[in-house]
Amino acid sequence: MEATVVRTGTEGKTWGGGNEPLKASYGKMMMWFFILSDALTFSGFLAAYGFSRFKFIDSWPIADEVFTHFPFLHGVEAPMYYVALMTFILIFSSVTMVLAVDAGHHMKKGKVTFYMFLTILGGLIFVGSQAWEWSTFIKGDYGAVTTKGGNILQFVNTEGERVGLAEIAVPVEGERTEHERNNGIWFDAGQDLPSYSLAEVKAGFIQKEDVLIRTQVLTEDGEKTVLTREESLAALNNDAIGTVEGANLVENEYGHPLFADFFFFITGFHGFHVFSGVIINIIIFFNVIIGTYDRRGSYEMVEKVGLYWHFVDLVWVFVFTFFYLV
Amino acid sequence: MAHDTTQHQDHGSATKRIWTVFAILSVVTIVEVALGIIKPAFLTDTYLLAMKLLNWIFIILTIYKAYYIAWAFMHLEHETKGLRRAVVWTGVFLVSYLIFILLTEGNYIYEVYRNGHVAWDF
Repeated sequence: MEATVVRTGTEGKTWGGGNEPLKASYGKMMMWFFILSDALTFSGFLAAYGFSRFKFIDSWPIADEVFTHFPFLHGVEAPMYYVALMTFILIFSSVTMVLAVDAGHHMKKGKVTFYMFLTILGGLIFVGSQAWEWSTFIKGDYGAVTTKGGNILQFVNTEGERVGLAEIAVPVEGERTEHERNNGIWFDAGQDLPSYSLAEVKAGFIQKEDVLIRTQVLTEDGEKTVLTREESLAALNNDAIGTVEGANLVENEYGHPLFADFFFFITGFHGFHVFSGVIINIIIFFNVIIGTYDRRGSYEMVEKVGLYWHFVDLVWVFVFTFFYLV
Repeated sequence: MAHDTTQHQDHGSATKRIWTVFAILSVVTIVEVALGIIKPAFLTDTYLLAMKLLNWIFIILTIYKAYYIAWAFMHLEHETKGLRRAVVWTGVFLVSYLIFILLTEGNYIYEVYRNGHVAWDF
């Protein structure tokens, strides 16, 4: 029995062992260090976004002109309103989360359940809104013409209002028709045709005297440069190589393709965090319902997932600023 | 472990604090969006350290919001000094360094594109 020394005689002294200087449980501390490392990952992405933006500081897309849609309000210009609403939803779900944590401290199972439920609901609404935002962005708005240098040319009328490709393009005889699956002998489909070809846009542009071209370059007032009618015709005839509608990882009708790349990557990575946060919240929610934490005598698990959930909100505050506001 | 430091507050003041912070966060967000939509000319025309004053305001308000989320919602204000500093100082130091280095480099490449013999818009 006395073979191992179980007492060192240093109990109670600083290095005697059993000290918890940070006064936090293992799980909570590890959640904090995970959050710290995840914060550095997000900072890496946002700093990379800043790097690319500084590289093209005089031709970067203006976020207000990109995110102008609101669900069910078709054709209404609503710059940033929907993102602001999404931000509110996320902040509010953070509030219900912290209320659930607080109720957990007082061992009130019913309240924890209710607030967790509201948190999950808020998270789901946010992810859904994000999906809608993505689909609107991918589908595009007005369409643009791509140039040899990998830039885009957009169309505006003399008042500076945007004009879509649909309003300009006129049908041209002898254009390639799309080879669809049902016409092919071996069920082959041809390459997709754009809705409006460059030839159709060029033909329409010559007829529409009041339409001008807007380039990506920002003026000193922070607005996009609008060319004169002669410059517009020259740009369209010399530089244009195709049309683009919407945005993907290669092309972007709103401006620099890097803008779309970072948009998909950063909001996607954040959306993935929200999604996994919702899943973890659901697991904890059911644990609360079946009384796991009641029996354990501590709702600390709610507090730990709460930390993660608040972190997701914290990241969104920064994404919102650097993607939509600045 | 059931009794962590937040336990010592009475219930009323903890929830009151939560709603106060929610009000602060909401007001700041509304101000941000309003400024973003109106874009007052005197804020966009004034430059401070090569950046528009409006953008500085956005960034400061964001850090202000982040402070409240971390301190009130994530309970950093009730954690020990050691844990708080381990998380916050590490993050702030590394992130500031990264931002400084990448933005400087990005600006340098912009200058090369503009003044050097490099054609990217052909």
